[in-house]
Amino acid sequence: MTSPERLPLEPPDAPAIPRLVTSTAAIVEVTDLGKSFGGLTVLDGVSTSFAVARITAVVGPNAAGKSTLIKAILGLVRPDRGRIVVNGHVVTRDWDYRRGIGYMPQAGHFPENLTGREVLSMLKHLRGPSAELDEELLDAFALRPELDKQVRTLSGGTRQKLNAVIAFLFRPPLLILDEPTAGLDPVASGIIKDKILRCRESGTSVVLTSHIMSEIEELADSVVFLLEGRIRFDGPRLDLQRLTGHQSLERAIAVLMQGGAS
Amino acid sequence: MSLAVTSSVCLGLLIPFTVGMAQDIVVQEGTSVPTLGAAILSARPGDHIVVRRGVYREPTIVIDVPGITIEGDSGAVFDGEDAEDVLLVTADSVTIRGLTIRHVATSYIDDRAAIKFQEVTGCVAEHNRIEDAFFGIYLAKSTDCTIRHNVAIGRKTTETKSGNAIHLWNSRDVLVEDNTVSGHRDGIYFEFVTGAMVRRNVSTDNLRYGLHFMFSHNCEYWDNVFARNGAGVAVMYTKGVTMVGNRFEENWGSAAFGLLLKDITDSRVEDNVFRGNSTAIHAEGSDRIIVKGNEFIANGWAVKIMANSIDNEFTRNRFVGNAFDVSTNSRSSSSRFSENYWGAYQGYDLDRDGYGDVPFRPVRLFALLVEQYPPAIILMRSAFVDMIDLAERVVPILTPETLVDEHPLMEWRQ
Amino acid sequence: MKSTGKILRYQLRDVIRGRWILVYTLVFLLMTDVLFRFGGSGDRVVLSLMNVVLLLVPLVSIIFGTMYLYHAREFIVMLLAQPVDRTSLFLGLYGGMAIPLAGGYAVGVGLPFLWHAGGGAGSALGVLLLTGVLLTCAFTALAFLVAVLFEDRAKGFGAAVLVWLLAAVVYDGIVLMVVTTLWRYPLERPLLALTMLNPIDLGRVLLLLQFDIAALMGYTGAIFNRFFGSAVGKGLALTVLVAWSVLPLLVGLRRFRMKDF
Repeated sequence: MTSPERLPLEPPDAPAIPRLVTSTAAIVEVTDLGKSFGGLTVLDGVSTSFAVARITAVVGPNAAGKSTLIKAILGLVRPDRGRIVVNGHVVTRDWDYRRGIGYMPQAGHFPENLTGREVLSMLKHLRGPSAELDEELLDAFALRPELDKQVRTLSGGTRQKLNAVIAFLFRPPLLILDEPTAGLDPVASGIIKDKILRCRESGTSVVLTSHIMSEIEELADSVVFLLEGRIRFDGPRLDLQRLTGHQSLERAIAVLMQGGAS
Repeated sequence: MSLAVTSSVCLGLLIPFTVGMAQDIVVQEGTSVPTLGAAILSARPGDHIVVRRGVYREPTIVIDVPGITIEGDSGAVFDGEDAEDVLLVTADSVTIRGLTIRHVATSYIDDRAAIKFQEVTGCVAEHNRIEDAFFGIYLAKSTDCTIRHNVAIGRKTTETKSGNAIHLWNSRDVLVEDNTVSGHRDGIYFEFVTGAMVRRNVSTDNLRYGLHFMFSHNCEYWDNVFARNGAGVAVMYTKGVTMVGNRFEENWGSAAFGLLLKDITDSRVEDNVFRGNSTAIHAEGSDRIIVKGNEFIANGWAVKIMANSIDNEFTRNRFVGNAFDVSTNSRSSSSRFSENYWGAYQGYDLDRDGYGDVPFRPVRLFALLVEQYPPAIILMRSAFVDMIDLAERVVPILTPETLVDEHPLMEWRQ
Repeated sequence: MKSTGKILRYQLRDVIRGRWILVYTLVFLLMTDVLFRFGGSGDRVVLSLMNVVLLLVPLVSIIFGTMYLYHAREFIVMLLAQPVDRTSLFLGLYGGMAIPLAGGYAVGVGLPFLWHAGGGAGSALGVLLLTGVLLTCAFTALAFLVAVLFEDRAKGFGAAVLVWLLAAVVYDGIVLMVVTTLWRYPLERPLLALTMLNPIDLGRVLLLLQFDIAALMGYTGAIFNRFFGSAVGKGLALTVLVAWSVLPLLVGLRRFRMKDF
C-alpha cells in the first residue's frame, strides 16, 4: 500500500520537492498508467494513490491528462498499460467495483423526456437494492418540486444539481467529482462544498478536479499535479505551498507550471 | 350479315324439295325408335327429329340426311362413353338444337368431337350443352354455318389432353355468337377460316387460348369476353382482322397475353378493354394495325411492340395503372402514338385545347432495359430504376425518339 | 446483460415521449389512410406503400439511430460510471431505439388496415409489416455501428447517409451493371445471391413476389418465386434479414466495449 510521491524529474532547475511519506491507506492505487490517443500521449507512466477519507484534488492545465486519469479510474478509458486498483478491485473488465463510486461529471445530461424522478429511479434500479439513500442534497437544493418536470425543461444549473444529487445518493465510499461547482450559483456551490467536507468527516474518499484554486485550498487535503501526462507533484496541499514558498495555492501551482514548461 | 343471308338462302333452296314429305320422328327409350341412330336410318331430307328426355349411349351417329333438324327436349343427353365422335354430320343444312352431349374421349390420333360437321354447308348448332368433351363443336371444310348459344365446359386437364371448344378448320362464312366456352385447350380456334363473324361469346378459363386463329382472313370479332385463359388470345398470320368491343381480362402468367398479334396486317383493334393482363397487346411482325379507343387498365405491359412491326397507329386509347405503358426492343419505331390518354402523364394544358402541351414519352428506359436484358426485371420498383427513368424522361438518350405522343389527351371519353 | 431490461425500460419511456416518434407514426398513419381513401384495396395500398417503406424506413432508422447515440453520449458516460456492463447498456440503448421505431411504423401502417380493410389484406400486409420491422432493426443496428465507429458527428452523419444511399440506390445500379454486362450468362442464381445481400432489395423482392406482378418477371421471377416460396428460401431470407440486424450490432458492440469515452 505504499505509493511513493513522484518527483519532477526534469528540468533540473525545477523547485526541489522532497519525498514525503504517507501512512494512510489508499482507496485508489494507480501504478504506471499509460494512455495515448492516436499517437498523442495523454498519460505517461502515472503512479499515485488516493488516500481513504481524504480529499484529493487532481489539478493541472488543460489537456494535462486529468480527465483521462479520472475516466481510467471509472473504467471509461482503457489504459494502454499500468494498473488501477479501486477499493481492492483491479479495474479491468470487471464493472461491479463502480458500485462503490459516486461520479459527478462536469455537466448533467439526462434523457430529455424523463423527469428528474425517473432519472433517479432509473439509477436506483441499475444499482439494485442499496442501503438508505442520501437525499440530503435534494432538500438542500430544494429540488423536490422540480422532480416531476421533464429534464428538457430544467435549467443547466438544476440539471447540475441533479447530477450532484446522483453522485452522493448511494453513499459511495469514493466520490469522483469533475468540476463539481461549475455552473452552480454561489449558494449551491457552498452547499456542495459543505457536503463534500461532511462526507470526508464520515470517511468518504473524494477525488475532485477544479479550476478554482480557492476551492481546492478550501477542500483538498492532497494535490496531484499533472502536466503533459506526468505527475509533477503529489502530496499534501500544505506541502506544496510550503515547498514552493508561496502561501497561495494559485501561485504555487503557477511555479510548478513554469518549472515544468521551461 | 352476309353469311346469315347466304345460309338462309341455302335453307330456302332446300325447303321446296323437302317440305312436302317432311315428317316428325320422335326418339324415345323403349319405343320403336329408341335411338337417334335408328331415327336417322328412317329419316328423309327435311325431317324433324325430336329427342325425348333420356340418356342415350350409341356409337358415333352419322347424320347423312340433308336438311333435317335434330332437337332435344330438356334432359336429352348423349353420352359418348369416352368413345369416338358423338354426332358426325356429313349432310348439308342440318340443324342440331338443344342436346346435351358429354364424355368424348381424348385421342392423340383424331380430333373427336361432340358435334362434328364434315364438309357441309348451311349447318346450325344451337342451344346445345357440351360437357367433358375432347373437342366440342368441330367444323371442317364447311360453309355458311351458325354456331350459337352453345355452352361447352371442358374437363380442364392439360393442354395435350384436351381439344378446343369451338374448332373451325378450312371453313368460311360462319357465324359464331353467344356461346360460352371454358375449360378446353382453346375456347375458339380457327385455322384457314374466312369471313367469320364472332360475337358476344364468353371464352374463359381455357388452358391455352381463349381465342386462337391462324390464316383466317377478314373475320370479325365483336363484343366477346376473353378472360383468365392460360395464355390469353393469340392470333397469327392473318390480314383484315376486325376486333371491336371485346374484353381481354386477367390473362396472367409469364407467357400470357391479352392479345398476341403475330404477323397480323391491315387490321383494326378498337374500343376493346384490356384489364389485368400480364401483357395486354404484344405485336410482332404486325403492320398497319389501327389500335383505337381501347382501354388499357392495370396490365403489366399495356403495349409491347416489337421493332419488326411497322406503321401501326395507336390513337385515343386510355392507359391507366399499367406497370409499363409501352415497351419496345429498339430505339427506332415506326408506329405512331397520338392523342392517347396516359395516366402517367404529368404535363399541363395551358391553352385549354384538351391536349397536353408537352409531348409524352410512354416508353420508360427501364422497359427498354428489361426488353433487352430480361433479368433486369428483378429491379422493378427499385428507387434506382425510378431515378434513371426520371433522368431519361428529362433528357431522353436511349428511349425511341420517334415513339412520342405529341398530343396526349388530358381527358378520355369513350 | 442483466441490466439491459432496466435500461430499456427507461430509454423506451424517453423515446416514446419524444415528439418525433409520434410524427413518424403519424406520417405512416396519414399516408396509409389517404391511400385507402383514394380508393385503394388492401393489396394496392400495400403496393403503393412499398416504395415509401423501402426508402423511408431505412433512412429514418439510420439517421435517427446515429443522432440518438451521439445525443446520448454524455448520458452514456454517466451510466457507464454506474455498476453497469457495456453490453447491457449498448443493447438497452439499441432496443430503446429500434423498438419504438419499429412499433411506430407497424402501428402507423397497421391501424388504417384495421379500420379500412378490417385487417383483410392478408399475406402482403404481413410481409410489408415484417419487412419494415426488420429493416428498422437492421438500419438502427447500422446506425449504432456508424455512431460507434465515428467519433466525429459530422463524419458519422455523412457515413450514415452514405450507407443508406448505398443500400437504397447505388446497390441496384451495380446490380443493373452486372445484368447488362453479363447478360449472356445464366444470371438467375447470382441475382438471387445479390438480392439476398442487400436488405432493402431483399425486402423489395419479397414484397414484389406477394403480388401478381411476379408474373411479369418471367423466367427470372419464376426462379425467385420458387426459391422464396420454399421453406428453405423463406427461412434463408428471414435469416439474412435478421443477420443484417445482428451482425452490425455485434460489430458495433465489440467496438463499444473497447471504446474510450
